[in-house]
Amino acid sequence: MPATQCFAQHGQGGVPDSAVVRFAGDSGDGIQLLGDQFSLTSAIAGNAISTFPDYPSEVRAPQGSTYGVSAFQIQFGGRNIKTIGDSADVLIAFNPAALKTNLEILKPGGLIIADQGTFSKRGLKKAGYETSPLTDGSLEGYRLLAIDITKQTLAATAPFDLSKKDKQRCKNFWGLGLIFWLFHQKRATTTAWLDRKFAKKPEIARANIAALNAGHAYGENIEASHELYSCHIPAAEMPPGKYRAVTGSQAAAWGLAAASELSGRPLVFSSYPITPATTILHHLARLKDLGVITFQAEDEIAAMCAAIGTAFAGSLGATASSGPGIALKTEAIGLAVAAELPVVIINSQRAGPSTGLPTKTEQSDLYQAVYGRNGDTPLPVLAARSPADCFDVTIEAVRIALKYMTPVMMLMDGYLGNASEPWLIPDMNKLPDISVKNCTDPEGFSPFKRDADTLARLWAIPGTPGLEHRIGGLERDYVTGDVSYDPGNHQKMSQIRIDKVKGIASDLPELEIDQGERDAELGVIGWGSTYGPISRAVSNMREKGASVAHVHLRYLYPFARNQCEITSGFGRILVPEMNMGQLVTVMRDNNCPPAEGFSKVTGRPFTVTELEEAIAARLGG
Amino acid sequence: MDTKTDTVSPPLTIKDFASDQEVRWCPGCGDYSVIKAVQKTLVEVGAKRENTVFVSGIGCSSRFPYYMDTYGFHGIHGRAPAIASGLLLANPDLDVWIITGDGDGLSIGGNHMLHVLRHNYNCVILLFNNGVYGLTKGQYSPTSERGQITPSSPMGVIDPPLEPIQFAIGAGAHFVARVVDIQQQQMIDVLKAAYEHKGAAMIEIFQNCTVFNDGMCDSFATKSTKFEHQIELVAGQPLIYGKARDKGFKCDPGSLSLKSYDIGGEDDDGHGAIVHDPANRSLAFMLAQMQMPEYPVATGVIYNAPEASYEREAMRQVEEAKASSDRKSVTDVLNQGFTWEV
Repeated sequence: MPATQCFAQHGQGGVPDSAVVRFAGDSGDGIQLLGDQFSLTSAIAGNAISTFPDYPSEVRAPQGSTYGVSAFQIQFGGRNIKTIGDSADVLIAFNPAALKTNLEILKPGGLIIADQGTFSKRGLKKAGYETSPLTDGSLEGYRLLAIDITKQTLAATAPFDLSKKDKQRCKNFWGLGLIFWLFHQKRATTTAWLDRKFAKKPEIARANIAALNAGHAYGENIEASHELYSCHIPAAEMPPGKYRAVTGSQAAAWGLAAASELSGRPLVFSSYPITPATTILHHLARLKDLGVITFQAEDEIAAMCAAIGTAFAGSLGATASSGPGIALKTEAIGLAVAAELPVVIINSQRAGPSTGLPTKTEQSDLYQAVYGRNGDTPLPVLAARSPADCFDVTIEAVRIALKYMTPVMMLMDGYLGNASEPWLIPDMNKLPDISVKNCTDPEGFSPFKRDADTLARLWAIPGTPGLEHRIGGLERDYVTGDVSYDPGNHQKMSQIRIDKVKGIASDLPELEIDQGERDAELGVIGWGSTYGPISRAVSNMREKGASVAHVHLRYLYPFARNQCEITSGFGRILVPEMNMGQLVTVMRDNNCPPAEGFSKVTGRPFTVTELEEAIAARLGG
Repeated sequence: MDTKTDTVSPPLTIKDFASDQEVRWCPGCGDYSVIKAVQKTLVEVGAKRENTVFVSGIGCSSRFPYYMDTYGFHGIHGRAPAIASGLLLANPDLDVWIITGDGDGLSIGGNHMLHVLRHNYNCVILLFNNGVYGLTKGQYSPTSERGQITPSSPMGVIDPPLEPIQFAIGAGAHFVARVVDIQQQQMIDVLKAAYEHKGAAMIEIFQNCTVFNDGMCDSFATKSTKFEHQIELVAGQPLIYGKARDKGFKCDPGSLSLKSYDIGGEDDDGHGAIVHDPANRSLAFMLAQMQMPEYPVATGVIYNAPEASYEREAMRQVEEAKASSDRKSVTDVLNQGFTWEV
């Protein structure tokens, strides 16, 4: 049963297995805070969750404007939650602009909770409403609960010795209290958080808690009068253990720190601020106590070059950026390929070309990652599929970089970077040792002497007596490592650089089918952050009896060695991508079975419904 | 490959710092005298080959690392300072030398030059200024003179030249010096001072390009011109020049600039010439502004006022963070904050 039905007919017809709530308000309304609090409470209650903050790119947009609206969406439930939900069951709008910009995400029949107090003539005008949607009938087809939340909050906080402005600011917690009531959620986590947060201003903590409780009590009263029923969302079955919430940016940052620990090489992270990759720098800058060094370089090029210098010195060099910044780093990435130095480059992709849509997600830098350099300049490319997966993929990227002495590109995207999910905290002791040895023996040393299996060259670091050598961007002699313009040598070196990177495939796990059979009528192949919606759409279609399978790629260059083989049994192949068909090209390039692309470049992730429809259409409806 | 270690070896010689690679600069190129001076300096300061790294960009002078039997990294155009930054953050104990030129360091790599000086990474920057792009066959550079005829400026250069010393001081450099390729002893003295300086030390080296810009320094650095058109700066010594040491500098309070006067002449107020204080930034600016033909060219250490270097400050923050934190590992980080049991 859908959550919306549950609100209307309490206890009749079953329990919804999940619900989607969208919080929306002005940037100054503390929407992200509410989202975080609701997420934590749901997670602690045992729900599986998936969340996404959706905030404006303007730093301080005018109050009440549509472009100043900040939103937060969460899907939580008793099943394995894979997406934030195509549409919301509940929208709480703290002002008219929030209602206007978020209404399209609400399900038909969905519940709107609107702060009536803000729907003044002025507020409506700022949002571009001619008449009030709360009274003009335009919200027919939804369930509307219009409450003067501002007034209710002022009443609830009356006993406190605070300014009117401070009291009004508690209104977001009044709204949160009401949402907690709506889903039978406990308030204890949030009250404890408020006490901690405002330990030095206890009056503010108490006022917010009073507002939270008043919102909750308001719900109890309307339930008593049968206007609306609250609804329990069951807990999910999750593997036992200790959990925390993690965003993709956090996971990537911690993945680098973990890889530093696992490899025994200090991390120097050099980066230049760019949306949406910047938060990786923020997270790492807070790990100085672990010995992590961060360098906010003067530009993208310097950040990449500093990472190369770090690698030359024998430490773990890494950088992160987004498409336009990666473009600037490109020459230096080529240098890392030529010098054969291990550097991890994270690309948190955003919509392009050029500056594009900086705050909107896309996965359109695959060509750039795989092909985008001068010369024959191969490097391994990996992609993360979920926020928590960014941790594992980053460690894997470091493993490959160190073992094969090569730069590695790790792809994530703005959606993964900002989205959050519960994460079973990994046991560091169970993660693999990824350390590699420095060369210290001067006997017969040449900087381009290679390991027979991996083809990795020796890593001799400055400070080591007897191993003084010079490397750089000029072509090297295969044997001596000296500069060489010899034609045959360049052919040989070009070949060995490609062989080395392609050879990594033998060191990668075999690709497995995520869902479905090898001979399914339709195989859906995805990579990156489309994992959630593809996975849900395929499982929904399979429940309906469709012959469809899902394969999701972590390794984009080189592919897992069995990729073409494992996908060759599908009747046909569909590749949904948030680009204009890049993986389709790369697959063709690797002689994999032909595939049809399914593109979406709206700056938003695929919805499950869109994918279900696309799958159904390929299966003949 | 040379395999001897320094633990039991006798002191290194100039030859020990020369690699086995054939030097490919043009005959008569100023780069030869620079590399000699650098090798001699390394011997005299007791540098260790294994701890020495030469990082370069692109251009004639950027071949420098290949000719040194130390660690070396031949980077990409203009980016040597950025590569050196990462190198020093990973290992602050290395002796890092950046080799760059007027095109590499002031045009394509101008931003990195600005910031390596401002950041104050501990390195010596040798800016080979020959006023021309040599490797690409003679186009004008940011330090070319107005009117200079080159393949890319057949009617003469129309943009004014960039003055590297003023650029460096303006960027916040803490050690700035200028030398001429043929003046070996001064170069070695300055290189030593730069080596001892903890932080970014930029040395502009006037370097003659015999092929594309021959005689660039003739007006102030030949035997016949240097006395009247060059003033060699010595810390604590008055600003006096001229073959007969008969000219001095004082500060003109009206124009706030240096003014030359004849010692014992009618402009001599009897207070003596200004004494060179390398820690005086205003004086450094005035010295850098002195342009031929109106002024002699100032050479030597123009500015030297050390401050904490970037990589040391970064290490200090790490040590401070470690000392005040309970977290010892990634496990501690992952388990910190809001967690819950399922």
